[in-house]
Amino acid sequence: MAWTKEEMCKIAAQEEFRDGYYVNLGIGMPTEVANYIPSGVSVTLQSENGLLGMGPFPYEGEADPDLINAGKQTITILNGGSFFDSSFSFAIIRGGHIDLSILGALQVSGEGDLANWTIPGKLVKGMGGAMDLVAGVKRVVVLMDHCAKDGTHKIVNKCEFPLTGKAVVDRIITDLCVFDIDKKSSGPSLKLVKLANGVSVDEIKQKTGPSFKVMI
Amino acid sequence: MTKIYNDASSALSDVVKDGMTIMAGGFGLCGIPENLILALRETGVKNLTVISNNCGIDDFGLGILLKTRQIKKMISSYVGENKIFENQYLSGELQLELTPQGTLAERIRAGGAGIPAFFTKTGVGTVVAEGKEHREFNGETYIMEQALLADISIVKAWKADKAGNLIYRKTARNFNPMMAMASKMTIVEVEELVEIGTLDPDQIHTPGIFVKRLLVGKNFEKRIERLTTRKK
Repeated sequence: MAWTKEEMCKIAAQEEFRDGYYVNLGIGMPTEVANYIPSGVSVTLQSENGLLGMGPFPYEGEADPDLINAGKQTITILNGGSFFDSSFSFAIIRGGHIDLSILGALQVSGEGDLANWTIPGKLVKGMGGAMDLVAGVKRVVVLMDHCAKDGTHKIVNKCEFPLTGKAVVDRIITDLCVFDIDKKSSGPSLKLVKLANGVSVDEIKQKTGPSFKVMI
Repeated sequence: MTKIYNDASSALSDVVKDGMTIMAGGFGLCGIPENLILALRETGVKNLTVISNNCGIDDFGLGILLKTRQIKKMISSYVGENKIFENQYLSGELQLELTPQGTLAERIRAGGAGIPAFFTKTGVGTVVAEGKEHREFNGETYIMEQALLADISIVKAWKADKAGNLIYRKTARNFNPMMAMASKMTIVEVEELVEIGTLDPDQIHTPGIFVKRLLVGKNFEKRIERLTTRKK
């Protein structure tokens, strides 16, 4: 059985969040990981438009147009949070002060190349802060479905879509398994470290472009 | 010499010209200079290069200057919320320079700080790096990015005193402080103007030295792009 979105988010939260971490979560499913912070673990969420200490959505009737996240959603700020301008925010990111970023992806290569900002032939909307995040954050985790809706591979030998960053991804969490990417490895850099119940290594082989080591 | 103007039109009308480069503060619709954008439309000025993280939506923010075809080129990091943008871009009417958000913010900061260019890891190995100087520092590859300056910056702050010292509010700060620095004609609209001596000097975000003209905005709409709430 493939993991549900909730289970994927739970795995990401349990495996990746460490007490005291400063974390940036991408738009979409990665944002949901914040709902599963393990008890006893305190993480501070950054939003790249300019705050640390992002809290939950405001109560109905209490939304403040001056307080939004990078996805342009109305949000709140927790006690202990802070506001700053966008150049300062990206100094935090580029300067390597954020411990972890969890992002979505269109394609990831076995070497950790990431494509997540545009599909050729479709309208170019822009990369926003994604290129800065993958270049600067200490650890980059991709959270995505293992294959595209039409069944094509998303974990590929070489990304066809324009890159967001080269050799930037440390781990991929999909609905079927978890891969670590060991960028210093001489053999295959992709390592299978966790499988969903009832999913076989053969199924992963069929649905994954590059070869990988099984280390479960 | 007073920096105070009665309204956005009088603050803009004698300084705008066709073909100018204008920076506009804001992230999405948050912290945008609503009144100055409207006034810019009324001047009818054309062929503008606009530097702003986004380009508003079809009927609000910078989007209204697309409707009147006043923008020739945008320098932005994300322009995905706008149908008119899409049409004008696909027809070749509108040029677009996409810049990663952090690189955009730093290019503007550098412009205001008198730094012509800097090196960054952001975008190495991607289309953003094409045609740019690459250089190694401590075994890592970086690309050179050049500073941005504008003829006019239009900025939104929350409070100002009559000396032009500014305080922003929450995430409405975003690109406004750097843009205030990156032009010699920075025009600021605020929600509240107070007497000199009222603001605590320790709490000032942008010192008045960067502010040439100042006005109190009218009828702020402060539109919300994505209202998200939870039940009590």
